[in-house]
Amino acid sequence: MTGLIEIEGVTHAYPTAAGPLPVLENLQISVPENEFAAVVGPSGCGKSTLTRLVAGLLLPDEGGVRLHGEWVRSPRSTVGMAFQNPVLLEWRTILDNVILPLEIVAPRMGRRERVDRAMQLLEMVGLKGFEAKRPSELSGGMRQRASLCRAIVHKPEVLILDEPFGALDAFTREDLWQTLRNLRQEEPFTTLLITHDLRESVFLGDQVFVLSGRPAHTQYVLDVDLPDDRDIEILYDTRSVEMLAILREQIRIAQGRSTAEQAVNS
Amino acid sequence: MNWKHKILIPVTALALFTLGWEALVWVNQWPAYKMAAPSDLPAAFVEHFDLFVQMSWQTLWRTVAGLALSVLAGTLLGMIMGFSRIAREALYPLLVGFNAIPKATLVPVIALIFIGQHDFNTVLMAFLISFFPIAVSVSIGLSTLEPEYRDILRSLGASRVTLFTKIALPKTLPEFFGALKVAATLAFIGTNLVEIVSPHGRGLGALFRSGETNGDYPLMFAVLIALAVMGILIYYAVILLERIFAGWAERSETG
Ligand SMILES: Nc1ncnc2c1ncn2[C@@H]1O[C@H](COP(=O)(O)OP(=O)(O)O)[C@@H](O)[C@H]1O
Ligand SMILES: [Mg+2]
Repeated sequence: MTGLIEIEGVTHAYPTAAGPLPVLENLQISVPENEFAAVVGPSGCGKSTLTRLVAGLLLPDEGGVRLHGEWVRSPRSTVGMAFQNPVLLEWRTILDNVILPLEIVAPRMGRRERVDRAMQLLEMVGLKGFEAKRPSELSGGMRQRASLCRAIVHKPEVLILDEPFGALDAFTREDLWQTLRNLRQEEPFTTLLITHDLRESVFLGDQVFVLSGRPAHTQYVLDVDLPDDRDIEILYDTRSVEMLAILREQIRIAQGRSTAEQAVNS
Repeated sequence: MNWKHKILIPVTALALFTLGWEALVWVNQWPAYKMAAPSDLPAAFVEHFDLFVQMSWQTLWRTVAGLALSVLAGTLLGMIMGFSRIAREALYPLLVGFNAIPKATLVPVIALIFIGQHDFNTVLMAFLISFFPIAVSVSIGLSTLEPEYRDILRSLGASRVTLFTKIALPKTLPEFFGALKVAATLAFIGTNLVEIVSPHGRGLGALFRSGETNGDYPLMFAVLIALAVMGILIYYAVILLERIFAGWAERSETG
């Protein structure tokens, strides 16, 4: 089965003063349509680089990324992105922040229609009544909700999330996991989530990809064997506990490899 | 309560200052050719009323013209330096060096190149003295734009122009207006510098000079007051523009 997102043998290095820094090495990831792929790996192993490659913001040295079978050579409007930093524009209201992608992707769409679409999403994530506020008037969790709305307002096929909940406290984070699951049920999209939270990867993911230390390749793939209709309690289920133990062990191996390399280099 | 802070206190302070000035001249029995008292000034304004109107207009339009040039050229320079690292590295030392030159030394240089072009020379000086802060603020605003801000639009395939108008430009506006306040004051200084120094100048600076040559001290002090008033007006005009175009920044700082 071929996926909607196909990352095929991607190898990438950054040029630096000390010579090329290999970041990704023959990376393979495949995500079927409307599935949710979580990617975990040691910090600095190249996860953000991977998101930029899938978004077409960066071209790999070797290999490539296919969306819907088409090679990604430049950014495309069928992709939505959200980062750890919600990067909302302070001079716009929350509503106008959410509308922003529509101004680029659907320049002909009328104001009414844009507002209706944005309001529909804001309501889904529990921000109804806050649409006229400025970003600085909202809490961190609410800003991240607005950022999620902005990422999917133009109904992208692919949603790329780079540690979107990394800066939030544990309770807010779990709320947002639930919000994200609800959003997926309302409007399907294929998701690539980068995270450093293993519980998050199990709760949200259909598959979890563990990347090795830098240069990263796919070290381990975990099929999350949990019902689609999940509750946060499921993380205390024995199946979840076992999966978390496996992931933790895999991360230890991934980190071990990078520390061993550092020891050799120094 | 607010009118007390906005009107009563400043007006009282101004009145006290004027009284103190009057008292100083009166106690020392200074004649008008040593130091004019505030009570001498209304007469000077009335006597030279037409000249004041005419010269104020001269000074005002040249300052605004010079400032407008600064905004255009400064923004353009700032954009070039903000988007291109090579341009930044090449232009920055040049700009800093140019900015370090005391501008009074440029007056004779300009006067020699463009002989007799008084309007042009004045506007040019107002421009030269004031574009630097604008160029620097725009370039810093653009070059420190976080990559994620760029990526949210770039990942949708937005063009560089869209990126500039939707993100970079509005995000730079607060810094731009901060610099514009400084630039407005500088342009005003530049205009007056040329008006005072040029032999056949016009504008309030020239009026000040004529008061000096004729020993009309009340006129000189009256010009100083007129300059202060105009300087305040220009400054508040910039503040007003800032409120209109970058008011959101103020709200986000206090809120
Ligand atoms: N533009 C760049 N130029 C040079 N090196 C970079 C650049 N971007 C990232 N890197 C380096 O590449 C490695 C991987 O970065 P990144 O993809 O951000 O890792 P992660 O998101 O997994 O923490 C890091 O060591 C980082 O320092
Ligand atoms: Mg990262």
